[in-house]
Amino acid sequence: MRTTGGQLVMLVVINVALLVFGAAISGGAFLSPFNLQSMAGQLPEIGFLAIGVMLAMCAGNGGIDLSGIALANLSGVVSAVVIGSFLSSVDQQAAYSLAFIAGALVVGVLGGVFNGLLISRLNITPILCTLGTQMLFTGLAVVVSEGRAVAVGSPDLLSEIGNGLFLGVPISFVIFIAVAGLVAALLKFTPFGLWLMLMGTNPKAAMYAGFPRTKVLIATYATSGLLSGLAGVIIAARNVNVKWDYGTSYLLIAILIAVMAGVRPEGGYGRVVCVVLAAIALQLMSSMLNFGGLSNFVRDFAWGALLLTFLAVGRYNVVGLLTPNKSKKLV
Amino acid sequence: MSATHLHESAAAPPAKPNPLLQLVRRRPETITLALLVAICVAVSIINPAFLQPSSLVDIGRASVVMGLFALGVFIILAAGGIDVSFTAIAAFTMYSMTLLVKNYWPDAPIALVLVAATAGGALLGVVNGLLVHYLRVPSLIVTIGTQYLFRGILLAFIGTVWIVSLPPTLGAFGRLPLVQFDSGGRTITLPFYFLVLPAAALVTWWMLNRTLMGRAIFAVGGNANVAERLGYSLRTIHIFMFAYAGALAGLAGIIHTAANRQANPFDLVGTEINVIAAVVLGGARITGGTGTVLGTLLGVLLVVVVNSVLVMVGIPSTWQRVVVGGFILLAAAFFVFCQKKN
Repeated sequence: MRTTGGQLVMLVVINVALLVFGAAISGGAFLSPFNLQSMAGQLPEIGFLAIGVMLAMCAGNGGIDLSGIALANLSGVVSAVVIGSFLSSVDQQAAYSLAFIAGALVVGVLGGVFNGLLISRLNITPILCTLGTQMLFTGLAVVVSEGRAVAVGSPDLLSEIGNGLFLGVPISFVIFIAVAGLVAALLKFTPFGLWLMLMGTNPKAAMYAGFPRTKVLIATYATSGLLSGLAGVIIAARNVNVKWDYGTSYLLIAILIAVMAGVRPEGGYGRVVCVVLAAIALQLMSSMLNFGGLSNFVRDFAWGALLLTFLAVGRYNVVGLLTPNKSKKLV
Repeated sequence: MSATHLHESAAAPPAKPNPLLQLVRRRPETITLALLVAICVAVSIINPAFLQPSSLVDIGRASVVMGLFALGVFIILAAGGIDVSFTAIAAFTMYSMTLLVKNYWPDAPIALVLVAATAGGALLGVVNGLLVHYLRVPSLIVTIGTQYLFRGILLAFIGTVWIVSLPPTLGAFGRLPLVQFDSGGRTITLPFYFLVLPAAALVTWWMLNRTLMGRAIFAVGGNANVAERLGYSLRTIHIFMFAYAGALAGLAGIIHTAANRQANPFDLVGTEINVIAAVVLGGARITGGTGTVLGTLLGVLLVVVVNSVLVMVGIPSTWQRVVVGGFILLAAAFFVFCQKKN
């Protein structure tokens, strides 16, 4: 195990540096309340997915969740179609919003439990399983929506979540921070968190120690699914429509955030606070590229390069070299 | 091996060592073949139009590019890795190659173009191999990174415009017939480039079964640590297998261009899951060490057939992803089930 206060310090430094740099090249416009709010509003959907990827990676044994964005889209689409056939988003705004949110979360959890069952009960490799379910979820979303965008409209409560402000902070961002805090607490203070990390560190030892492997895996992927459902709600709230092919590049970005946050792809280590900071850093960079007027393709290129860079940083322990005492490898 | 035999094996009591079950365990691609035959029989009963030469030739044509991709993915899967960047490599090489030939040497001989595209793909593959080897992280994550990197470079710096008028030699290669015949007033052509797939499959088979490198690839897929202690150089193997997959991807890209008579830089990327699905359906375990070239080709045929027959039997094409995704999960569960019994 390694202690990674260094990762946290590095991410804070990166964020501050990005803010200062952005302010400098834009003459302060980058730090205007409007820009900060719009960045904070764009963050949660991808942030939820990144936390999901982190949980799956922590479980070890090649754990990864590739089905995140597909499940988010599926939960939005299914909920919109099913709830839309009972309630109207114009006449019964509060009821529609609540039912939509509940529906999306239920679909998310069900999808996650499905992943967890396949991985823990049938012993399917997580990569293969989530690859299959990614296709399955996307396919179901296509079938349910017949390939079209499904209108959600902007009923009161839902549009408040998507666009409203609480003390000047976007409500979606407040929800994101609250949920991230809950997941962090879950990992730190409950047996589940301990089991998950130890299982990721050494699956064999965990088995001999009598950990409830099946339950832990199902709970992990179910949580990941719940986070996808939440992402689906935020996507619907912000976009008025839901469609099966929304956010095709989110898969890479979610993994990129997890890797930037120092989550170990082999399992056993990851911190939610680092994931949140990494997501913020990525959002800052993305907005900065926008400010620079660069095309989306340059951004794709930058994300790929960044992912490989951070893999190299993790591999050669660059953080450890920069912060001498605190983060040396213990082993 | 036919579909009826298979049903017998499923009905037989599982406790006794059943020769058919053992055959399936040893050669999982028999299941793929049985499934393929079953689907083909069912579809031809529902819609006899399926057996017309035109639709069979269509299937053959459609499986060339996917088959080349799948052979590359299979090599990497056999060694315990995974690659999702091959479509980006193919798009990159096909577009830049077409652009180069069109602008600087429009009459370049087709053989040279094919070789150059293959070499270009191999070069990008080497980048993959080096990164996977030195970063020591799962190759899935590395290749997701390189997929975006290659595609980003292509679209941001090389070009985003469709090339609809190909250089003449490339266009002629795409139209060159291997077999041509008339059926119901229409001329049906099996193009010459179809031969590339069996040729590549033969070379891959030879490499895997008759050379030391093939041994090494399966050894690494079985257990990388043991293979390293036995004296195999992981570095050489990593670089070789990704270069090989890259080369096949480059070749597939240029054939895709010739076959479609246009070079669209947005093509191909996004189809990688279909290809991985085909390889896994062909019996290669995603954890490495197993699989055959024949199984891979059968897996490709299965996916191509599923993709093209759904409409023929009256299932809306929107179901295509659900069916293939379901097949992946079923196949994965089935292979795990077979292993457990062992």
